[in-house]
Amino acid sequence: MDLNHSNGTPSTAKILISGGFGVGKTTLVGAISEIRPLRTEEPMSDRSVGIDDTRGVSAKTTTTVAMDFGRISFASQLVLYLFGTPGQERFWFMWDDLAIGAIGAVVLADTRRVADCFASIDYFESNGIPFIIAVNCFDAAPRFEPDDIRIALSLGPGVPIVLCDARERDSVKQVLVSLVRYVMSDSRRTNQMSIG
Amino acid sequence: MVRPYALTRGRTLPSGEASFGLIDVVVATSARVPEHFRPGPEHRRILSLCRRPTPIVDLTSEIDLPLGVVRVLLGDLTSEGLVRVLSTQKQPANDQRLLRMVLDGLESL
Repeated sequence: MDLNHSNGTPSTAKILISGGFGVGKTTLVGAISEIRPLRTEEPMSDRSVGIDDTRGVSAKTTTTVAMDFGRISFASQLVLYLFGTPGQERFWFMWDDLAIGAIGAVVLADTRRVADCFASIDYFESNGIPFIIAVNCFDAAPRFEPDDIRIALSLGPGVPIVLCDARERDSVKQVLVSLVRYVMSDSRRTNQMSIG
Repeated sequence: MVRPYALTRGRTLPSGEASFGLIDVVVATSARVPEHFRPGPEHRRILSLCRRPTPIVDLTSEIDLPLGVVRVLLGDLTSEGLVRVLSTQKQPANDQRLLRMVLDGLESL
């Protein structure tokens, strides 16, 4: 369905911000957007059975997640939403909801704990969601060359790796710009492949 | 304190065919409430908030109900023709026009 701008209907887009616990997802979102609260109280899905084992606790049929999201309104009636992916495994059920209709994802990495972003990378790779790696440059963290990080994360040569400071608005802006440029070039390539 | 799904009389999935993505935009139609439909206070709040086209995530945040509950209530309202889903994004990564808008927007920040 095409978007109609003449009657005040906003165009909407969303980007996922992912990565391990404490890597700076909330900081990044807060650096560039207005933070709004969102309550989700989802019925327990089949997938959460075994994680949240409800045997003997038959009354508990929903699980609650209070989360924030970021919102950036542009003059062009465009609203961009930034959703941090919930870190704990018991909230996997939220990921599909967040991922459907996303432009792509930023996987925020901390060089002291690179393994923390494996789950995010696996998810985006297996769901065909374009992503880039943004290395949050913590003051005390060791600095690595992007090529070292690429090897550590077993990434293909095409996935961009950028360095950032999640506290700095301009830095975060550059991360998001990098993602959108990557998705634009990636989708052209994909289209060409599917045509040819 | 009301258990959230009490507002939906225990229903956890929306009725009807419409899907309600987080950033889909909904709007109230000007249709009259059908005789057989008894909108609850939350239905009315949604109708009031959706007088202007509103993304579902903003609606949910504003109304301060869980997303799953808002989806069930929206399902009722769309089934009765009182709300319409205006836009959905399924393949945004292939939508060069949208990507260009986002890029231009970000670069203007």
